[in-house]
Amino acid sequence: MALLDVQNLTVEFPTRRGVLRALDGVSFSIEAGEVLGVVGESGAGKSLTGAAIIGLLEPPGRIAGGRILLEGSRIDDLSQSQLRRIRGRRIGAIFQDPLTTLNPLYSIGRQLIETIRTHLKLSEADARKRAVRWLEEVGIPAAAQRIDAYPHEFSGGQRQRVVIALALCAEPALVIADEPTTALDVSIQAQIIALLKRLARDHGTSVMLITHDMGVIAETADRVAVMYAGRIAEIGPVAEIVRTPAHPYTLGLMGSIPSIEHRVERLAQIDGAMPRLTAIPQGCAFNPRCPRVFARCRIERPDLLPAGATEAACWLHDATIRPLRAAHG
Amino acid sequence: MADETVLEAAGVSRVFDVSSPWLQRTLAREPHRLLRAVDDVSFTIPRGTTLALVGESGCGKSTIARMSVGLLAPSAGDILFEGQPLSAARAQPGLRRRMNMIFQDPYASLNPRWRVRDIVAEPIRAFAMAKSRAEIIERVGALLARVGLSAQDGEKYPHEFSGGQRQRVSIARALSSDPDFLVCDEPTSALDVSVQAQILNLMKDLQRRYGLTYLFISHNLAVVRHMADRLGVMYLGRIVELGPAEEIFRAPRHPYTRLLLDAIPDLAMIGRARAQVGGEVPSPIDPPPGCTFHPRCPLANARCRAEKPAVTLIGASQVACHAVAEGRTEP
Amino acid sequence: MSEARAAGRLARALDSDLFYSFRRSPVAVFSAAMALLLVLGAVLAPLIAPHDPFDLVSLNLMDSLLPPAFLDGGEWTFPLGTDNQGRDMLSGIMYGARISLTVGVSAVLFAVIVGTVLGLLAGYAGEAIDALLMRIADVQLTFPAILIALLVDGVIRAAVPRDVHEQIEVYVLIFAIGISRWPQFARTVRGSTLVERNKDYVMAARVIGLSSVRIMLSHILPNVIGPVLVIFTLTLGLAILDEATLSFLGVGLPPTQPSLGTLIRIGNDFLFSGEWWVTIFPGLALVAMVLSINLLGDWLRDALNPRLR
Repeated sequence: MALLDVQNLTVEFPTRRGVLRALDGVSFSIEAGEVLGVVGESGAGKSLTGAAIIGLLEPPGRIAGGRILLEGSRIDDLSQSQLRRIRGRRIGAIFQDPLTTLNPLYSIGRQLIETIRTHLKLSEADARKRAVRWLEEVGIPAAAQRIDAYPHEFSGGQRQRVVIALALCAEPALVIADEPTTALDVSIQAQIIALLKRLARDHGTSVMLITHDMGVIAETADRVAVMYAGRIAEIGPVAEIVRTPAHPYTLGLMGSIPSIEHRVERLAQIDGAMPRLTAIPQGCAFNPRCPRVFARCRIERPDLLPAGATEAACWLHDATIRPLRAAHG
Repeated sequence: MADETVLEAAGVSRVFDVSSPWLQRTLAREPHRLLRAVDDVSFTIPRGTTLALVGESGCGKSTIARMSVGLLAPSAGDILFEGQPLSAARAQPGLRRRMNMIFQDPYASLNPRWRVRDIVAEPIRAFAMAKSRAEIIERVGALLARVGLSAQDGEKYPHEFSGGQRQRVSIARALSSDPDFLVCDEPTSALDVSVQAQILNLMKDLQRRYGLTYLFISHNLAVVRHMADRLGVMYLGRIVELGPAEEIFRAPRHPYTRLLLDAIPDLAMIGRARAQVGGEVPSPIDPPPGCTFHPRCPLANARCRAEKPAVTLIGASQVACHAVAEGRTEP
Repeated sequence: MSEARAAGRLARALDSDLFYSFRRSPVAVFSAAMALLLVLGAVLAPLIAPHDPFDLVSLNLMDSLLPPAFLDGGEWTFPLGTDNQGRDMLSGIMYGARISLTVGVSAVLFAVIVGTVLGLLAGYAGEAIDALLMRIADVQLTFPAILIALLVDGVIRAAVPRDVHEQIEVYVLIFAIGISRWPQFARTVRGSTLVERNKDYVMAARVIGLSSVRIMLSHILPNVIGPVLVIFTLTLGLAILDEATLSFLGVGLPPTQPSLGTLIRIGNDFLFSGEWWVTIFPGLALVAMVLSINLLGDWLRDALNPRLR
């Protein structure tokens, strides 16, 4: 049984111009100890997927269909108070900006101890010991002294380390990290990613890593889900997604990333932009930008189909009509 | 030579006063606090080429961008545009119109209350480059087409466009005064990668067609690699390494450049851990003595902690590092 | 062409988020209707009022202090009764509201212009001017606006001859109330200007060498005027009250040009002799006017605040 199983998740935003479907039939699972990367361009629905799982959808957004199972039991229909018990204890969260997660008025120790004691039956002294241990583990120097310091006394990178400690200190089975390194400089980014990887491995924590940075995914994730216009376009092992993508969108995305290793005269580019939620095309949402579009793509919407080592929502991989895996790759 | 160099910076520094307000400073007897954002920076940009400046936040690259188009005055040193002091060049409309700027945030760089047509036409009007309304409309239509939009798009307001389209509008505005020199301050860092590729390709096409000269500011080394002819790596207000981009990427000399290159995530790195630079960038208000990189540098010794390194010429690159100058490559 | 454009603009306005939130708010619709009714009554007073309270010939002292028509002794020619000079209360209120609105709107417009110009200057022209203007605003804000208006009015009263003063009293009031209300506008405009001036679109205008004045007027002003609209509405209610207060205190408009405040003051003398309508009806009109304008202002503030959406 997968640790997290998302089935056919649909999220809608009722507006005065009608209901916008921001996520449409998203299905994936995360195994225990696995790092699933979720990539996509802004507006693809990657952050929304994370928010829906931890029950932090901004109103008026709502889960309009599908199920979310954590260790086999549903969590998408829980009340807010039940969700609060799950957040932190079973699912931890790391966001882009550490300053929105840390309360500037309380010392980081107090915030850690509070989180630990909310979820684990520990005395104040034991919780404090545990908090110091976590700060040491995320690499805060002189943790025992600095535990009583306030968030503003830490640098940007250290704050994100504290946020990671806060997300992991109740030892959740799953951590949802939404753009955890986007606000950081490259050299700090490398430190934070390495830390997250090490902690997940040491504690057997599963990670859902949401980012727009394919480089971060490549070095961190076991599997990748590529999202486009509120759906998963392709999902599969990281090496195959990067090296031999099956979906034309993934292929274009990989080609558009400039490489540090070699210089090309022109980057591959996907013309156009992702459609707005108000104007999702009929059929495959990618069809107006797709170089390999054919008649069926404009009429019928593809679901995820097996495409070699990955699954791609693309009619090119419809085994009943064409041979598996198209010529590229 | 002088006519081949579009922009030259000679020993440019910029200091910001970040002191508390006068009353508080006087009551609390606080000293003036000065932030040396740019410290003794020199470079030249030959016509038709791209100089990229790369570095982490707070390294001073955006301050240089702003000084290069006269938005800020240097505290010391000279900036020359086509051999003339920048302030003198900017006093002449004929020279001023030949420089322009593209900004990072395509949401903040277009006035939300203006139609795109008027935004693109603003430099044309400011420099009186068209004789009639009809000519302005015609020029704007041509500019929009040049950046991959349609003339009808001029009727719309910025909020009706996606981020990438707005950046195209921004480029059209920058081109509308027929410039030779464009300062591009992180032009793609607010964009998604597939859109970034479109904009980078567009900028290269325009450079080739119109012989544009770019000062390209970025924190993304992969983007810089794609765009730059020459590269300057900045750390805490100084250029620590400056030279032909190919050479720096092939054989980075300064320890900071080397660590930065190793720290970049890349698609080729599946499952591999990257090298890590320890520590973080110190505050520019209170920089470390000597070489400012010494607290994070694996090659630092006593001299590095005491003495600011001067620029040494190695191959075609200039490097400011004692260890490189002394030939020390191991800690 | 221009007609089609105007029609398009109207269609866009009716389809806008602002209009949508207006339709969805019963308070806003109700107060807008009430304000519209009062404003129409005031503006169209010469056309629709049953009597002309300024026409001395038509006045008849026999008609003085008649009660409202729905009470014993009332007449339907004077629906809300008459005052001590036999003037029709309803007509008096309509004409009074006209004067109150004129003074209020003019005073606030004056405050908007002064405040916006000074706010733009403070926000854009540099720290020294900013410090100077804002300290003046701070000092003025520590005094109640009505006190400032009283002071200004008193100074002008002392400075000009009495007969001249009577002629220019309306302008004096507008100036006194306007000058007492500029700091709110200046502070708001300055705050928004400080944010806008660092935005890249302003940088883009500076790169091509536009003058500061042109940048302030064509780039910054259109982007800082939104909050001014909200304060305009809220301040309008206060300015009308200021005028009423001054007139009630007897330093405002003379009885020959009765505003709502003047009517209330005149009626106040008859409150305890049982002729309550002379003061209560103008009072109710004043409350209705200020309340509806304020409710509209409140709604506008919430509707324009993205955080409350």
